[in-house]
Amino acid sequence: MDGFKPVIGLEIHVELKTETGMFCQCKVGQFGAEPNTHVCPVCLGLPGALPVPNKKAIEWTIKIGKALNCRINLHTKFDRKHYSYPDLPKGYQISQYDEPIAVGGQVILNGKTFRIHRVHLEEDTGKLIHLGEDTLVDFNRSGTPLVEIVTEPDFDNSDDVKKFLEELHTIIRCLDVSDADMDKGSMRMEPNISLRIMNHESRIKNKEIKLPKYKVEVKNINSFKFVKQAIDYELERQKEILERGETPVQETRGFDEKKAITYSQRSKEEAHDYRYFPEPDIPPLTFSNEYIDSITVPELPGQRMKRFVETMHLKEQDAFILTREKQNADYFETVISKLKSSHSNLNLKTQNLEQLIANFIINKKISIDLPIDEFIKKTIELQTPKETDENALRSAIDNVIKNNQKVADQYRQGKTNALMFLVGQVMKEMKGKAEAKVVISRLTEILK
Amino acid sequence: MDLLGFTITKIRELIEKKTISEKEVNEYFLKRIKKYNPVLNAFVTVVDNNAKGIPLAVKDNYCTKGVRTTASSKVLDDFIPPYESTVTDRLTKKGFSIIAKANMDAWAHGASTATSDYGVTKNPWDLSRYPGGSSGGSAASVSSYLVPGAIGSDTGGSIRHPASWCGIIGLKSTYGRVSRYGLIAMGSSFDSPGPMTLSVEDNALLLRHIAGKDKFDATSSAENVSDYLREMKIARKLVVGIAESYLEGVDEQIKGRFNEVVEIISKMGHTVKKVDLLSPKYSISVYTILQRAEVSSNLARFDGVRYGNDRSHFGAEAKRRIMLGTYTLSHGYYDAFYKRAQKARTLIKNNFIKVFEDVDLIIGPNVPVTALKIGDFEKYPFYGELMDQLNEPANVSGIPSLSIPIGLNSEGLPLSMQIMGSYFNESTIYNLAYQLEKETDFFGVVKKGISNYKD
Repeated sequence: MDGFKPVIGLEIHVELKTETGMFCQCKVGQFGAEPNTHVCPVCLGLPGALPVPNKKAIEWTIKIGKALNCRINLHTKFDRKHYSYPDLPKGYQISQYDEPIAVGGQVILNGKTFRIHRVHLEEDTGKLIHLGEDTLVDFNRSGTPLVEIVTEPDFDNSDDVKKFLEELHTIIRCLDVSDADMDKGSMRMEPNISLRIMNHESRIKNKEIKLPKYKVEVKNINSFKFVKQAIDYELERQKEILERGETPVQETRGFDEKKAITYSQRSKEEAHDYRYFPEPDIPPLTFSNEYIDSITVPELPGQRMKRFVETMHLKEQDAFILTREKQNADYFETVISKLKSSHSNLNLKTQNLEQLIANFIINKKISIDLPIDEFIKKTIELQTPKETDENALRSAIDNVIKNNQKVADQYRQGKTNALMFLVGQVMKEMKGKAEAKVVISRLTEILK
Repeated sequence: MDLLGFTITKIRELIEKKTISEKEVNEYFLKRIKKYNPVLNAFVTVVDNNAKGIPLAVKDNYCTKGVRTTASSKVLDDFIPPYESTVTDRLTKKGFSIIAKANMDAWAHGASTATSDYGVTKNPWDLSRYPGGSSGGSAASVSSYLVPGAIGSDTGGSIRHPASWCGIIGLKSTYGRVSRYGLIAMGSSFDSPGPMTLSVEDNALLLRHIAGKDKFDATSSAENVSDYLREMKIARKLVVGIAESYLEGVDEQIKGRFNEVVEIISKMGHTVKKVDLLSPKYSISVYTILQRAEVSSNLARFDGVRYGNDRSHFGAEAKRRIMLGTYTLSHGYYDAFYKRAQKARTLIKNNFIKVFEDVDLIIGPNVPVTALKIGDFEKYPFYGELMDQLNEPANVSGIPSLSIPIGLNSEGLPLSMQIMGSYFNESTIYNLAYQLEKETDFFGVVKKGISNYKD
């Protein structure tokens, strides 16, 4: 991107997995259910029906806001966002405009800070199903609580975007507020992409640079890989246009997964005027500080990884892998604490028990599908110094040397690393029932 | 049995004493409806399969499960709701039945019933005149005794205006006192359901049944529902305020009779004092902007995809309101219109709160003129705002207000006044209204009206 700097911001939608709808009592999360079987006057927007906000959804949005280090607004309200579309039965979506639940957060990844602009709560729409000439509407999804997370345009490459989205996904899963299942559309991503021309002046006065005059939004992508592909494609496309001396059209584009390209959907010139105004059917909300404080955030994957590295001295890469799924990290920690408490007098032949267990889990040496106690039993088996049957060892060594004369000769001629091959062969012969240290010392004696 | 003119209270007594059966009561009113509704056109739909409960009419903007609900607009010509409004649900559970869906201005837009797609309702006092509106069908049916009581909705005077022109008692409840769930929204931050009856006692009785917190309406209040029937009968001496600005531009006969009533109130031992209320003209501006904005939003769902009939079925008045509301909410105009109107609304509320520190009630005329001739509506742009200029302050502030009859003018048309109370203080309003009813019998208006429509 010589002479250009990508400017990328993200909008992410996450469906909450509350029991009931954002504003009604319908059961949510009915992906795959018979169309229009989980609907009521409220989510169908029937005349006279009124929305009553779901407390749990509000609480969980606050939780997400806190997890992203946002400031929680003590006064918040819902607004009506008007646009006309067949999947929107009221002609407006109940969303939040100028007083979102959370604002001004940040996520730090590999030393880079990505700012969160806002986190707000709204209702999901129905779903259109195109069948030949016909378009059908399924309102089962209508009224599912939907959280929108908007970042600042702080990204300048698609790799950072992908990492950020993966981290966000991990955080949301850890908070246990959404399945964030991209295949089912419960997490949907929309990057906003533009390129800044880096002329001499802008390089000098870096701070004063304004955002580019245009931006391209790519709608509703449902995989991290596709987000990356869409961004990379867009950056190239926009670069070509800018190099011709033109400005890319401000527009909304779709992403073609098969061709890995974006395509024009509608231009922003015909952008909607959403005519936002405060939702008169829902009184404004005021939260007390006590209420906000009562909503707690568990240790997040990033923090947990840091703790694993700092207090357990795990390798960073291993700590990262272990903390991606909360249940894996929980399993790991339970094993460690059980081992330490109930087997304190164990004389395991390792310097770093935590790293050892981490290795077992990551290398799948012992399956974490086992009950914790089984896992521990196996660990102890593997790690307890073994009584080596010297007679058996002697005949095993003889066999191995006999069958690997060449290697043995190489060792004798000074190729020291040939020894490890022989050790491996002996261990194999012994079916693991020998202590590696003993094997090495006996082998070197014999080969002298 | 001849029930002509019997109040709900009286009919209920007769049913309890088994002097008459609920079935007989329903048959009686059904007979009257069949006789007079073709003349008055008070109802869009008549439900003639009721054998239980005391029959009431509800305005056709309350959703009734399995019974067509049109809001008097052809857009909803075929709409049969799959659910029941909270108001009608509560009433049917308390021994009432819905015998008819009353005609109204389409979408409750108007003060004449002339904008109904199902034809204008006639004023029972003079068939060449409007009954007022938008709850015109409800008012006309009560005053001609096709039903002993009805439910209306008041967004900017839509209960009190037709109650006035038809000579009955109509209450706009405190906003949030009665659930709006299932009431087809007009101006969501104004819409207030309320009873329309022949007596103050009936009115209090119906309110008691429909009022109270509803888990389906987030704007409904958890405030305790008073025992209106008991509290209104306590002999209280009240402090009653009058605002000069509410008398400006009011018809001389209305003003004259109103002043007589003020004298009577004083003589009854109440204290009457002048109060300093903001001019109603501010409420008209605020109301017009905010209500149009909410209307344009509330009608957006009728986009032609559902409900059978598309947007070409909207009448001229609905289209005008959608246009104006869309304009005031548009980018670049929102701050100048909607936002400023909201600020002014707060000032108006605060003004009422302050005045109610000094007085128990505020009284004044609630319409500037008596019933107009059919056809006059077209002569006035913003006809509704003109008609409801004295009613709208109660909607803008959200306070309760009751329209009561105070006699007839020289042409034999009903005159009225309103009693406004502070938030959730319907009880005190009923207290004064009940005392006045005892003292004056509302100058015989109610009885005269019914006697024009013999069995």
